[in-house]
Amino acid sequence: MSSWLFLIPLLPLAAAVINFILGRWFLQHASQWLATLAVAGSFILSIPVFLEIVSDEQAISQHLYTWIPAGDFDIPVTLFVDQLTATMLLVVTGVGLLVHIYSIGYMHGDPGIYRFFSYLPLFVFSMLMLVMANNFLVLFVFWEAVGLCSFLLIGFWYRRRSAASAAKKAFIVNRVGDFGFGIGILLIFVTYGTIEYAGVFDMVGDASQTTITVIALLLFTGAIGKSAQLPLFVWLPDAMEGPTPVSALIHAATMVTAGIFVLARAYPVVSQSADAMMVISIVGIATAFVAATIAVTQYDIKKVVAYSTVSQLGFMAFAIGTGAWIAAIFHLVTHAFFKGLLFLGAGSVIHGMHEEQDMRKMGGLKKYMPITYWTFLIGAAANAGIIPLAGFWSKDEIILGTWLYDHTVIMVIAFITAFFTSLYMFRAVFMTFHGEERFNPDEVHPHESPRIMTIPLIVLAVFAATIGFIGFPPEDGWFHHFLINAFPGLTLPDVAWSTIFIFAGISTLIALSGLFIQYMAYVKKSISPAGIAGLLGPLYKLAANRWYLDEIYDVLIVRPLVAFSMFLWRFVDAQVIDGTVNGVATLVTYTSQQWRKAQTGLIANYVFAIALGAIIIIGAFMIFGSNLFQ
Amino acid sequence: MDSLPILSLMTYSPLVGALIILFWVNAPANAVRWIALIAASVSLVFSLIMLAMFDRSDSGMQLQETFRWLPDVGIEYYLGVDGISVPLVILTTMLVVIAILASWDAIQHRVREYMIVMLLLATGMIGVFVSLNLFLFYIFWEVVLIPMALMIGIWGSANRIYAAVKFFLYTLAGSLLMLVAIVATYQSYFEQTGERTLSVLQLSQGDYGTNFQMWVFLAFFFAFAIKIPLWPFHTWLPDAHVEAPTAGSVLLAGVLLKMGGYGLMRFNLPMFPDAAEAFAPLIIVLSVIAIIYGALVALVQTDLKKLIAYSSVSHMGFVTLGIFAFNAQGMYGAMIVMISHGLVTGALFLLVGVVYHRAHTRAIEKFGGLATNMPIYASFFGLFMFASLGLPGLSGFVGEFLAILAAFREYPIAGIISMAVVVLSAWYMMWMFQRVVWQRAPGEPPDHDDPELKLAGSEAPPKVAGGSGDHHHEDVDPRTLSDVNAKEILTLVPLALLTIWIGVHPGPFMELMQPALEALLEPFGGSGF
Repeated sequence: MSSWLFLIPLLPLAAAVINFILGRWFLQHASQWLATLAVAGSFILSIPVFLEIVSDEQAISQHLYTWIPAGDFDIPVTLFVDQLTATMLLVVTGVGLLVHIYSIGYMHGDPGIYRFFSYLPLFVFSMLMLVMANNFLVLFVFWEAVGLCSFLLIGFWYRRRSAASAAKKAFIVNRVGDFGFGIGILLIFVTYGTIEYAGVFDMVGDASQTTITVIALLLFTGAIGKSAQLPLFVWLPDAMEGPTPVSALIHAATMVTAGIFVLARAYPVVSQSADAMMVISIVGIATAFVAATIAVTQYDIKKVVAYSTVSQLGFMAFAIGTGAWIAAIFHLVTHAFFKGLLFLGAGSVIHGMHEEQDMRKMGGLKKYMPITYWTFLIGAAANAGIIPLAGFWSKDEIILGTWLYDHTVIMVIAFITAFFTSLYMFRAVFMTFHGEERFNPDEVHPHESPRIMTIPLIVLAVFAATIGFIGFPPEDGWFHHFLINAFPGLTLPDVAWSTIFIFAGISTLIALSGLFIQYMAYVKKSISPAGIAGLLGPLYKLAANRWYLDEIYDVLIVRPLVAFSMFLWRFVDAQVIDGTVNGVATLVTYTSQQWRKAQTGLIANYVFAIALGAIIIIGAFMIFGSNLFQ
Repeated sequence: MDSLPILSLMTYSPLVGALIILFWVNAPANAVRWIALIAASVSLVFSLIMLAMFDRSDSGMQLQETFRWLPDVGIEYYLGVDGISVPLVILTTMLVVIAILASWDAIQHRVREYMIVMLLLATGMIGVFVSLNLFLFYIFWEVVLIPMALMIGIWGSANRIYAAVKFFLYTLAGSLLMLVAIVATYQSYFEQTGERTLSVLQLSQGDYGTNFQMWVFLAFFFAFAIKIPLWPFHTWLPDAHVEAPTAGSVLLAGVLLKMGGYGLMRFNLPMFPDAAEAFAPLIIVLSVIAIIYGALVALVQTDLKKLIAYSSVSHMGFVTLGIFAFNAQGMYGAMIVMISHGLVTGALFLLVGVVYHRAHTRAIEKFGGLATNMPIYASFFGLFMFASLGLPGLSGFVGEFLAILAAFREYPIAGIISMAVVVLSAWYMMWMFQRVVWQRAPGEPPDHDDPELKLAGSEAPPKVAGGSGDHHHEDVDPRTLSDVNAKEILTLVPLALLTIWIGVHPGPFMELMQPALEALLEPFGGSGF
């Protein structure tokens, strides 16, 4: 089976290349079918691989070639599939396939469709290679490659200034994280003499505790960028400038979880450092909380879902930090389905509202687009943690983990964040689909999306509702026993049913109270959101202005750096260095002017003066030999 | 010389072309172009034959040609190549063909003189990489200097005389220092052994006192550092690039800068290993400054060529960073950065030339939205932008990552600081790409589905992109520019393919260099192999 492992990433790559080269002039709309078929092929091929891993419980690999043979730095490209990778394969190709199908409807009629269906499978290829790498450098290669795809797709409508800026911002902010990630790889190599997972993980203990902590934190720096954690999450909300299917696949379901994946992949290293784990849990919970507070204040339906994504990624991060490794991956899987669903649902709303994204101009859409409504509701409820939908099981388990591993403060904040989660999710549902119609019926005629878009919604909704059961009962489900093999040394905690019930009870209560408050606010109108906002005053302003992070970066980093660069250019280059050079030239000119009578012409003067000097020095050598210097 | 003198044939085919053009006084312009192209292509073919004849397992000089010239003073005609020079030679012969193609339509006045200068330059550049006698090397080194200065001074843009003089003086100062150093080394070797020689290989066997090494190393180093150019000897480069014609910029960035890196590897390291080790920390510091400084200054440029010129300062910093780390990864890194920079920056200058030829400006603010009417151009621009900002899978990453790794092993702080370039290079390249290739032409209103319109409609009068106020009449509207034509595509495709090849599968290239690099590192402990 491992001999055709390479086909899984190769199919989408081939589709991407063919569509890019032939798309504009030959394939045009046919490119969408080529891309979709290729990803479908990858998905189908991934199933037997997954099943083999399930039955044999052993990792499989396929060596392709040696990439960089630089002395003792010898980097192979080898595909590697264990339980963690196999899980990711199904998520990436599965959600990827649904997004491709949906995009056929969503992107219909766009003149750049061949580009879209070139970049999208290119992303699937890159993401597959990322999860199938067997060493940190190849991982990094495709870590950057998914960033490339993200750039191309955010900037898909490149004529819009906002889209072009968002694409650039996403790439650059990610590279800030990659700066740390890259140094992490260097440190791994210098410490262990190899960067292949197997070799590094065997020798983890050989390094000092400090080194292990530093490596873990550097890897986490990369994750902060890619998985949009504090303080680098500012790129993800802007990334919503891309077409909505892109937001679903890349900026919710798969790419942004790469940071979480890397931490899980580096489990043998990260788990050895309590300090690093603590930092990860603090950053994670802070991200989850901050993003959730922002999400409550947003009016753009995609921005709400985007901040929700940031918040959920924070959940995954602090799950890892608190030691709930499997819960983190479990949440990654369920999140991929319900968040992909939410974005595609939001896309369907936007599509049906003629590109309107502002929820203040929606309302009452339930009757116009019933399939979108019901599927979006399932997604929202799953995200909010309503029992028994997928998000409930995974999120509840993460919070349970904070209790099991004694992180009480984090647990309290996590519950508060869960309350906010419910608030922003049902606010979006009620503002969009319930209440009075706030759009102009003469201009906007809301309609349900075509079947090619609603079918993926329905499929995702089914998964968002049921996928949680692979992790039932908590800490003892099928998924736990499957995935534990990828985390050597990890044991599943024994949890009493009473504990589980208490946590499930609190979670449900919190989720329902959020639902109730928003029902009163946006459907019954008995609570005034504006009044609450006024009551909170500066706190509300802080959240609504996204905690002023963009402004802070602009003032503290961007402007000073640009000013400093101008100083280097205008002063150091033009005055100091060129000034010195010109000074020397003037001196030479002056000197030669004293000598010259026969010489004319500028260059000749210089040459003469310099040559003369050289001849004198050479002459000195001839006479004194190399003793001149002794 | 028992077999075909392949290196000489390769070196002088362009010269033969130049002579033909010189003596065919009334040659029509097109005939001149064809002669130049054929002469350069013949040279390219010979360089490929050289590659085929080259034994990849041998670390020594191969395909040697010697001819006794002035044996009494040690001057002989002595050519040879190893794994360090072969890739640089092929890069040169290829870029010359591309440069001639790129000049085909762009150069319309004094075509005859231009092509003579171009072919002379080609012979000089190839000669630099294949000469093993210092006298011969120096001649070729100077032969390169004059045609390039002429190319900038005659076929350059507005401020060309200033740039040509600056280029000429800077490099002349460097080469005269080198001449002094050559004589000093020659003399010292003679005193040691009683033998007069200028053969690099023999001189490298000499045992020079530490103090002597220091001075002579520095003299060579200045010559090469100016060429690279290493900070703070770089200020000639932006001016030269901006004023040079497109093909001049391509060869300047693609080949001339590499002569500096090559010189360090061929002369400074083997002849003065003690001085090299003594100066290494200082050079590493200069390299790191160059890497960051070049990137920062590139950030605030408003002229396309200047931006790429400063990015060259940044990229070339990795060459010295790699070399003076003295380990395997550093040497590979330096070599691959040189090749990659030649391909990528050469291509970027070609791309700037394409729009300059059509719009007669290089100001970033005059462009915008080129992707709409120039989709193929935009694709190439995107590819080379990503290669330049070090996207893995393209050539730039392989070299720069290896150089950073090499530095990190010996000087961790240097490695960490130079890693910061991943952020800066993305910043300056994408900022340029966004304004030139993406978005819209200056003054063009947003499209009907642009959210900017909605925003503008509710809050303020419609905002118009770009500063429409300073939109002059003589400006060419970027929306009217035509996409790259077949000839232009022909010049870009080989560079694109090689960039991807080296990025995806650098193995064959590295195997070619390995024996020579291993031998080069031997006096320094040869760590990392």
